[in-house]
Amino acid sequence: MTTRIGVVTFPGTLDDQDALRAVRIAGAEPVSLWHRDKDLHQVDAVVLAGGFSYGDYLRAGAISRFSPVMEPLIEQAKAGMPVLGICNGFQILTEAHLLPGAMLRNNHLHFICRDQKLRVENAGTAWTSDYSAGQEIQVPLKNMDGRYTADEHTLDELEAEGRVAFRYLDGNPNGSLRDIAGITNAAGNIVGLMPHPEHAVEPLIGTGRTDGLGFFTSIIKKLVNA
Amino acid sequence: MARVVVDVMLKPEILDPQGQAVQRALPRLGFEGIADVRQGKRFELEVEGPVDDAALARINEMAETFLANTVIEDFTVKVEEEK
Repeated sequence: MTTRIGVVTFPGTLDDQDALRAVRIAGAEPVSLWHRDKDLHQVDAVVLAGGFSYGDYLRAGAISRFSPVMEPLIEQAKAGMPVLGICNGFQILTEAHLLPGAMLRNNHLHFICRDQKLRVENAGTAWTSDYSAGQEIQVPLKNMDGRYTADEHTLDELEAEGRVAFRYLDGNPNGSLRDIAGITNAAGNIVGLMPHPEHAVEPLIGTGRTDGLGFFTSIIKKLVNA
Repeated sequence: MARVVVDVMLKPEILDPQGQAVQRALPRLGFEGIADVRQGKRFELEVEGPVDDAALARINEMAETFLANTVIEDFTVKVEEEK
């Protein structure tokens, strides 16, 4: 049986095609999901891709979070279905309270677009098992609202439980508290990060490396062995 | 129709670089004496029917779940005079 991984397209999503492509290159069957879908078409996992859904109106992710497709997604994610939120997808996951904290405007107020070095802090999530803890990877980063924020208590809890999944290296690009680039829920099935692993899955494009492919091979292994 | 205004502001402990940028621009434009600026959002809701306790409770719920993200923002709800 092929592993089916869905990628949701909202109005204003940009990186759905690259995410679908990354899924295919990793060896799973990519399934396009539409924001108005009321069910998830029996996919085994979902990627919320990057972009500017609903023009980032109100707050990034705030309107998408109430799209019809989010209803079954939230329910199934809470029941253990793996979900990866990249960039705008991460913002949607925080707005939906599937992950704690919130994303704010970059502290320097500029859009940022560069190759970003990260440290994988938690290789135990559904999306990171093909990495090793402490491994350094490089993937593109491109956003306006990438400053991760949460109250001190939440930050301490995330640190204590090993739920800071990725940290920025070689300089904090946006003022994210404690250099946080991505986090996971306690169960490890829901992961969100601002940088873009789906843009770094082939040597010919992006960073010229395939450091992002591990997200997609990790989830396939997890689902096949489930 | 009655108007209800929802003001949304970043919580005091949250850094507001947009407000800071505005504040820094003021002296250059000849506006002195402003020590701090914080930028927020104002929503003007034209309410159909009476603004009674039930309507206000719904608007509070709307503000709490949608208009504001209470992880980072505070909000106030004010009823403006009938026009």
